[in-house]
Amino acid sequence: MVSALLPMRATGACVHRRGKRLIGPVDLVLEGAGLTALIGPNGAGKSTLLKAMHGLERLSMGRIKWACGAAQAQRAQAFVFQTPVMLRRSVLDNLAYPLRLHGTPREAARAAGVEWCERIGLAGMEGRQATVLSGGEKQKLALARALICAPQLLFLDEPSASLDGRATREIEALLRLATQAGTRIVMATHDMGQARRLAREVVFLRSGKVHEHAPAAEFFDAPSTDAAAAFLAGDIVD
Amino acid sequence: MNDLWEGLWQAARLVLSLDADLYEIAARSLRVTLSALVIACAIALPLAAFLAVQRFRWRRATIAILNALMGLPPVVVGLVVYVMLSRSGPLGVLGLLFTPTAMVVAQVIIIVPLIASIAHQSLRELWAEYHDLLISMNAGRMQRIATLLWDGRRALLTAALAGFGRGVGEVGAIMIVGGNIDHLTRVMTTAIALETGKGNFALALGLGFVLIALSVMVNLAIHWLSRTETGGRW
Ligand SMILES: Nc1ncnc2c1ncn2[C@@H]1O[C@H](COP(=O)(O)OP(=O)(O)OP(=O)(O)O)[C@@H](O)[C@H]1O
Ligand SMILES: [Mg+2]
Repeated sequence: MVSALLPMRATGACVHRRGKRLIGPVDLVLEGAGLTALIGPNGAGKSTLLKAMHGLERLSMGRIKWACGAAQAQRAQAFVFQTPVMLRRSVLDNLAYPLRLHGTPREAARAAGVEWCERIGLAGMEGRQATVLSGGEKQKLALARALICAPQLLFLDEPSASLDGRATREIEALLRLATQAGTRIVMATHDMGQARRLAREVVFLRSGKVHEHAPAAEFFDAPSTDAAAAFLAGDIVD
Repeated sequence: MNDLWEGLWQAARLVLSLDADLYEIAARSLRVTLSALVIACAIALPLAAFLAVQRFRWRRATIAILNALMGLPPVVVGLVVYVMLSRSGPLGVLGLLFTPTAMVVAQVIIIVPLIASIAHQSLRELWAEYHDLLISMNAGRMQRIATLLWDGRRALLTAALAGFGRGVGEVGAIMIVGGNIDHLTRVMTTAIALETGKGNFALALGLGFVLIALSVMVNLAIHWLSRTETGGRW
């Protein structure tokens, strides 16, 4: 399955806004399985890069190529935004929405929604309006809504930013299950512990450029650049 | 001041005595305006959603025109519809002039821009919120429009009620195209205009109060309906 989509090759990819360069030029190859952690200081361009790969940000220069066509690739992906977007519907209808969009019958979609509600610890809240959930509940719901279609590639923008310890562990368990089931994940995170626990490889982004791209163990034990070492030590890098 | 009290008294008398004429024209007012409202919503709401989700060349111009049309003087609309429907006009063969249908047509033209503008305003905000998510999920254009209309139904209700208010209180256009014919095209507003012209201020005021009560009742009824439909959760 994954082979249909990957490898992804970004060459000289740039995103500009009103003449200002947000990211780029980025050269990056995404392949294999597992989870890639995208780390870097605030404003480094992590969210922008994720959106560019997903096709939500238009490239001003360079290109991103998939093993299949771009439209087909996008259809096999899902995205969880840094600030979760809740449809103004019930929790259950939020979960059923992407399935209904792609033609799953109503009853099957609702059944899947109920199942995922349980999996993310929101059982009993199916009928509640999604917009009134707590920040952490919204994040879990957004993740479940992304996973419910079993995407081949999942982009996560800080999925556990406002979660407590227990919810973070639940989410990490879900992500492990997903990678075991063959979903490729690219996750931006500020939680180095989480990156260590989950990531197979790390992409360190700084000022909109890929500064380092290495296997996780290698990166955390012996980062090859001073900036990465300083970032890991908790020093401010810009 | 005396006229006001007299008007209230007349209103109460008309309602309580089950005045046949009053109930007839009140029912006609409701029928004409609700018909116009349904038709106008069927045009304006999808249009508003389309303008919110779709970028195209004349989008800004269309929105600007829509906003400008909101201020269209109803009398002029009435005049234009009159010319179109009159015996010698392009649609004269339909024989619609001085019928309730002509009044519905005029009201639709008057309230479509209003409903579309108000609806577009709120759907645009909703689209800004939903944009990335729906694009990410590969929702087609029709699915985007349907999602906005469904999730924004609260705001759309407000737009529809504004349209109803404008329609039910309208007098100039329907006077021209309807002709205020007794038992055929006389509605609350044209009856009020007529009674005022005849100097029957108390009766005119009485009719006015009934009209206000009618309008409030429709507003409450629609709000109540939408409450039960969403289970009052938000
Ligand atoms: N719409 C926009 N217009 C102008 N500048 C923008 C826009 N969106 C993002 N930027 C800028 O682009 C840069 C990268 O933003 P991005 O959100 O990708 O950073 P990030 O690495 O995700 O940061 P964080 O860790 O805070 O989430 C920032 O300097 C930001 O100010
Ligand atoms: Mg970000």
